[in-house]
Amino acid sequence: MKKVVCLVLILLITGISFAAAGQRGEAVEERVVNLFGPFVDEEARRFEEAIRPFEQETGIQVRYEGSGDFETLISVRVEGGNPPDIAALPQPGLMKNFAEQGYLVPMWDSLQETVDSNYAEVWKELGSFEGVPYGVFHRVNAKSFVWYPKKAWENAGYEIPATWDELEELMDEMVANGHTPWAVGMESAGATGWVGTDWIEDIMLRTAGPELYDQWVDNEIPFTHPAVKEAFEILGDIWLNPDYIYGGTSMILTTSYTDSPNALFADPPRAMMHRQGNFVTSFLPQHIQDNLEEEVGVFPLPAIDEQYGIPILGGGDQFVVFNDNPDVREFMEFLATWESGELWAKAGGALFPYVNQDLDAYPNEIERSLAEALVNAEVFRFDASDLMPGPVGAGSFWTGMVDWVGGTDLNRVLENIERGWP
Amino acid sequence: MEEVSKSKEPGSVFQDSLVSIGRILVSVSIPLIAFLVLWGGFLFLRDSRAHQGVIAVVAILWGVGGVALLFFMADWFVNRFPMQIAKKLQPFVFVGPALVVLGWYLFLPTVRSLYLSFFDAMSREFVGLDNYIFAFTDPKMLESFRNNLLWIVLGTGGAVGFGLLVALLTDRSRFEKLFKSLVFLPMAISFVGAGVIWRFVYAFRPAGEAQIGLLNAVVSFFGADPQAWFTLRPWNNIFLIIILVWLQTGYAMVIISASLKGIPSSIIEAGRIDGASETRIIRSIIIPHIYGTLVTVATTIVIISLKIFDIVFTMTNGNFGTEVIASMQYKQMFRFYHYGRGSAIAMILVIAVIPVMWYNLRQFKKREVF
Amino acid sequence: MSLETRKKAKWKMIINLILLVIVVIWTLPTMGLLISSVRPQSEVLSTGWWTVFSEGTDFTADNYRQVLGGREYTFVDSEGRTVRASGDNMSQAFLNSLTVTIPSVVIPILIAAAAAFAFAWLVFPGRKVFFTLVIALLVVPLQIALIPILRDYMALGLTGTYLAIWLAHTGFGLPLATYLLYNYISTIPRDIFESAFLDGAKQMTVFTRLVMPLSVPAIASLAIFQFLWVWNDLLVALVFLGGTADVAVLTQRLANMVGSRGQDWHLLTAGAFITMVIPLTVFFGLQRYFVRGLMAGSVKG
Repeated sequence: MKKVVCLVLILLITGISFAAAGQRGEAVEERVVNLFGPFVDEEARRFEEAIRPFEQETGIQVRYEGSGDFETLISVRVEGGNPPDIAALPQPGLMKNFAEQGYLVPMWDSLQETVDSNYAEVWKELGSFEGVPYGVFHRVNAKSFVWYPKKAWENAGYEIPATWDELEELMDEMVANGHTPWAVGMESAGATGWVGTDWIEDIMLRTAGPELYDQWVDNEIPFTHPAVKEAFEILGDIWLNPDYIYGGTSMILTTSYTDSPNALFADPPRAMMHRQGNFVTSFLPQHIQDNLEEEVGVFPLPAIDEQYGIPILGGGDQFVVFNDNPDVREFMEFLATWESGELWAKAGGALFPYVNQDLDAYPNEIERSLAEALVNAEVFRFDASDLMPGPVGAGSFWTGMVDWVGGTDLNRVLENIERGWP
Repeated sequence: MEEVSKSKEPGSVFQDSLVSIGRILVSVSIPLIAFLVLWGGFLFLRDSRAHQGVIAVVAILWGVGGVALLFFMADWFVNRFPMQIAKKLQPFVFVGPALVVLGWYLFLPTVRSLYLSFFDAMSREFVGLDNYIFAFTDPKMLESFRNNLLWIVLGTGGAVGFGLLVALLTDRSRFEKLFKSLVFLPMAISFVGAGVIWRFVYAFRPAGEAQIGLLNAVVSFFGADPQAWFTLRPWNNIFLIIILVWLQTGYAMVIISASLKGIPSSIIEAGRIDGASETRIIRSIIIPHIYGTLVTVATTIVIISLKIFDIVFTMTNGNFGTEVIASMQYKQMFRFYHYGRGSAIAMILVIAVIPVMWYNLRQFKKREVF
Repeated sequence: MSLETRKKAKWKMIINLILLVIVVIWTLPTMGLLISSVRPQSEVLSTGWWTVFSEGTDFTADNYRQVLGGREYTFVDSEGRTVRASGDNMSQAFLNSLTVTIPSVVIPILIAAAAAFAFAWLVFPGRKVFFTLVIALLVVPLQIALIPILRDYMALGLTGTYLAIWLAHTGFGLPLATYLLYNYISTIPRDIFESAFLDGAKQMTVFTRLVMPLSVPAIASLAIFQFLWVWNDLLVALVFLGGTADVAVLTQRLANMVGSRGQDWHLLTAGAFITMVIPLTVFFGLQRYFVRGLMAGSVKG
């Protein structure tokens, strides 16, 4: 009896399988481009909306897949033979790694022309490896800004400092009033430390200048160089002084960078300033985000050494090509134009590097001024820790910052970071 | 096995050949049909555009039914052979699939890792033992060895200890199901959720501020200053290990409990009738009976402690002296793109498990089998 | 009441008391999460969750609503209008998770049970070596297998299929499954097997009619663990199945929901609870298989 049942079952499944397999024949002629990137959720949605005009016009479907585990997945997929057509890489080091192993398709002539006319030179360099351009930048971020609660400042009568000396005076003024100048939060799960590297980079640019900065990135000067040490000491004057930091170093080490700005808008404010990139607006409490221009003020981190002025530090994802085909090429050409970013800029929370962009597209004065500062920057440098090779930029530099804030001697910290260099 | 009757009648030779042909046909066609069915199902699942629900059901049926089918096919096939040969082949019907799957999914990649561990970052140049020298001399690696040892001792001790305690106690309690479920609950929470939970326990706010972390709330209630727990060396390791014990006790409890249920109640009753105290019963009857299970549970948790990654990576990223081997391995492979070192560290994990393997093998050898 | 019964009652009370303490400590952290998941985002970060008992709070189901019904996003569409829309709800992801999980639990259990039986009771060449191998493979980090397996899948055209991920989960889960089942099956009293083989039973019959039914408690435990592991897995699904909307599993949807920078973890609290519901249901469902005495009676049979 059981055998009969078994046999019947087998025949049934066979029947279904063959019937259903027959449905296969409807393979539709689809033109699809597969994209893989690190941003998810609302940002992913805004990106999809921004590129929809392209899909509507060309009939090419662009499928974006985003993942918080991008770091792990991209290597696995590329090495495993299943790369996306295009990927958005957050670090130039990653691009160089793939380029060196021959996985990337270099920019073709027409794309290079588009990039040359729409971007400042620096963006093409950042996307190049050994002189060959690969990456196209889309959304970028600018980092050297200080954010403050407008209303609290008005009440206390604080004014935006134009120089570093004025900043130091401001900090003392705040302390005298019983306020705490800075809220800093470095915690970031597996990436803890990058907030500190951002501060150091900003200070390096202002005290050592762009040339020395570049040498530092390329390890032509070591981490133990006096210029680097000086930057740490200047940072230490702020970070290691318990009066200047809300909650002191313990708070720096344990507060998530997304929670930290909330201190500015607590009642009463726990701190008066927070240095962060333009993306900070998406971590602010919702009611603050809804009233951005009234509640939030921003100014660039002042110059320290007048000769270096106010350079802009920034970062961004670059789009690179793994699989070459006409649809992919068409999409990349689109990405290199302002049209591909316009709708995202309008939605807010994104800056773009295109030289021919329409600054009025940004939804509020704050983002407009940041975009303007970025595009018109006399000196622009990419985030150093993103440029340095992985073992340092995502390794010893990050952990070095944590160790230093935790109390380790500065010289030892700098030596340890330097030792991480491959 | 059927018997073929040997008849000397003339027509029976024809009959015999028919039977033989029939047998061959059956032997071939049944596996063939089975294979075709599975193949058709596979194509359906891969290419069809039927409704998601239909695909889901077919997928589950096909996957599960397919495996059962394969087993029976293999068994039936082996039994076609003469008795002597069949007896030798039989065990492989059972252990074969597991070996094949393990071989492909885990063993071969491990061998590949071993191979890569002798090469440089991009697996181009042969570097001999360089990666291993790095692994045994780098300060962070040494820190990891020390920490993992701590995890093994405290984590396993804690989880097995509490698991045993809870299993024994709930066995005698009226509220057994409720208590067991509550202790098991943490396992059901995905690791991401557990991470958030424990952030809420260890969170830090400056003194004088309202605390949002449970531990600091208790501490400041008693008048002490709130602490940034994860930054306190070396206690921070213990705070992390507590999370593991919290998660894994439920696992230990479930397995030990199942084993406890397997002890024939007659033996325990006999002990009670003899007037032995409860603790005596536990020590002399129960523990020896479940000893194998305790070894198993301990082995698996030791291995979890060796491999511990998520808790450390997301809570402290290995900072403040909490680094562990698996976190180092991940960073080497996916952040620093050094496949050589990453593979070497993975090999070290395999080496580290040798004592455990040895102990289990000892128990294994003692078995008398058929 | 006799002295005996009173003593017994006292012990029962002590046992229950100890258990209560343990259970309260165990559940406290989770309770914090549960309470936080019904508080508004602003409060979660400023006051401890226990304050809801003394000061009350604006209980809100908003977090759950967003997680279940789909996150609310604002974006600008191609006509230039600012749109506030809901993301996709979780039902597709839920179905995907089920399709991935159920075979990924049953298949390894079947294969592991068979192998465990062989290791525990049958003799065959290489028995010791293979067993040692199984234990050694327990410690191998699955990340080192991702790249080679992906390459193999690409060559076979399996990438992105459910079969791919079932086999992967089977592969990664087999060492533990085999080891646990081996431990349990090896405690089945020898006499049972002796009588069965004496009666002329074939090995497959012994396996299906004796070993499997007797191993129900262990299989139930294993089923729970494997279910949990697969249900909560993210990485393996992302590598072999993919993360696009049509195949994404529940954990993927949740992980992405906390934002690119993980800032929306008030949603995580609700999300964590929602994903907990299914594994807990499975646990409760399988509870009744943890019954004493399944083996006790069979010696006489």
